Amino acid sequence: MTAPTTPGTPADGAVIRVDAVSKVFGHGHAAVPALDRISLEVQRGQFVCLVGASGCGKSTLLHLLARLDSPTSGTVAVEGRTGLMFQEAALFPWLTVAGNVSLALRLRGVPRRERPPLVESLLELVHLEGFGAKRPHELSGGMRQRVALARALAQDADVLLMDEPFGSLDAMTRDLLHAELERLWVDRGFTVLFVTHNVREAVRLADRVLVLTSRPGRVAAAIDVHIPRPRRIETPAVSALAGEITEQLSLEVRRHAHA
Amino acid sequence: MLTPESLDQQVSGLDALELPVGPRIGRTRRLWNASWPKLAALVIALGLWQAVVWSGWKPEYVLPSPFTVFKELGQRIGDGTIVAAVGMTMRRAFLGFALATLIGVVLGSLVSRIAVLRSAVGSLITGLQTMPSIAWFPLAILLFKPTEGAIMFVMVLGAAPAIANGLIAGTDHIPPLMLRAGRVLGARDLALYRHVILPASLPSFLMGLKQGWAFAWRSLMAGELLVIIANRHSVGEQLQNARELADGPWLLATMVVILVIGIAVDSLVFGTLDRAVRRRWGLIDPAS
Repeated sequence: MTAPTTPGTPADGAVIRVDAVSKVFGHGHAAVPALDRISLEVQRGQFVCLVGASGCGKSTLLHLLARLDSPTSGTVAVEGRTGLMFQEAALFPWLTVAGNVSLALRLRGVPRRERPPLVESLLELVHLEGFGAKRPHELSGGMRQRVALARALAQDADVLLMDEPFGSLDAMTRDLLHAELERLWVDRGFTVLFVTHNVREAVRLADRVLVLTSRPGRVAAAIDVHIPRPRRIETPAVSALAGEITEQLSLEVRRHAHA
Repeated sequence: MLTPESLDQQVSGLDALELPVGPRIGRTRRLWNASWPKLAALVIALGLWQAVVWSGWKPEYVLPSPFTVFKELGQRIGDGTIVAAVGMTMRRAFLGFALATLIGVVLGSLVSRIAVLRSAVGSLITGLQTMPSIAWFPLAILLFKPTEGAIMFVMVLGAAPAIANGLIAGTDHIPPLMLRAGRVLGARDLALYRHVILPASLPSFLMGLKQGWAFAWRSLMAGELLVIIANRHSVGEQLQNARELADGPWLLATMVVILVIGIAVDSLVFGTLDRAVRRRWGLIDPAS
């Protein structure tokens, strides 16, 4: 069911290319390497999950890809428009739900007249029709995260970067959001790079799971997931593969016990 | 297996369960809940005042009873002297505060955006606020003669730093996540300023305005006591006249007017704005 491949296999049609990227925070003796010559590629339309223990530089990598930060060395290339979803919804409290989605359209250059119908259809996509006039604080965590998803979709991103977006949600809401995200990804065909520390979540969603090492971060293994979709997180196939990957991860974590 | 239909249903079911349901409190009830402690405090304060008068500590013409003072106030409202004085004072207050806001906003946005300017005048702005406004008046009168200009000068010096500081603090304390979210959406430079930084600093800016008003009002009262312009009746001028004529009821009636205006502007204008923003942002419990 799984076929381990070598990390960073060259291929055509890659929309994300990370080549020997290092990122060091601070200088001199205080310097902390967050990423160490990390290389990876994501193919167009692929759903890739990055898993790793704390301190593996997962978020740093996403920030580099979203151009919020620049690498110390190496090159980062992302083709097309990039959207980023954070662990928190990061909605603007001074705007309504519709206003938040609309701002993404506005900043993308969508003319004023065309925005309201687009906002309406985007909110429908995430099952939030009729909630446009609400304020972010009036919604539950799961609903806020769906507004954030609608906002990311409003950017018409070719590449959707997700930084543990469902990490703070309860299990039931998370299961539903997995199903929603999978449906949207199948329908719209964008590329996803999804960071999580939850291995089951990674196996549930991904075509390919990349295991990162910690301190500094490197790609330790890449596992292709061939479980047919739509998947469910509680099936034996998902559990079994998640078990294998968790084993690799704990080996990686144990390596730091005496370091 | 989750079919698309059952997924839809499950999502909306979960949403319905997760939305908060709070008890709704009626408008009159809420108004009463908010106002009875204030009314009680007022009654107690008036009672204490009356008690001091009854104790005979000072003669009645120096410290009159609340009843005498409110009768005096009613008379002066009736014959229009207070109305004219309040009109003049409020015109000055509005002009001075508007000018201070304009200067404070320009100063604040420059200092918060330009690093050099910040290290140059950032602490100076805070320092200015520690200067009691009355200490500026000798210089103001020297520079502008006893004119409207002198009063405006001191009002602006008192209020503008507070307003600028509110704006600077607001831009300083924007959660980095908000800025990142703005950048990810493609907002850079001016667009980031317009769509993220400015609205995100609104609550702090409002606090600055509120504080600025308090400074402006105090400076104005000090100014009206010191800078008396012939044939121009103002609240401060009334207070000064009352003192010179040793007219206790007039003096206290004028003080009541000053207190009421200060509280009214603070709570009706700035309090309302502040509550409206905090409610929209979800920073206060809607049930309270």
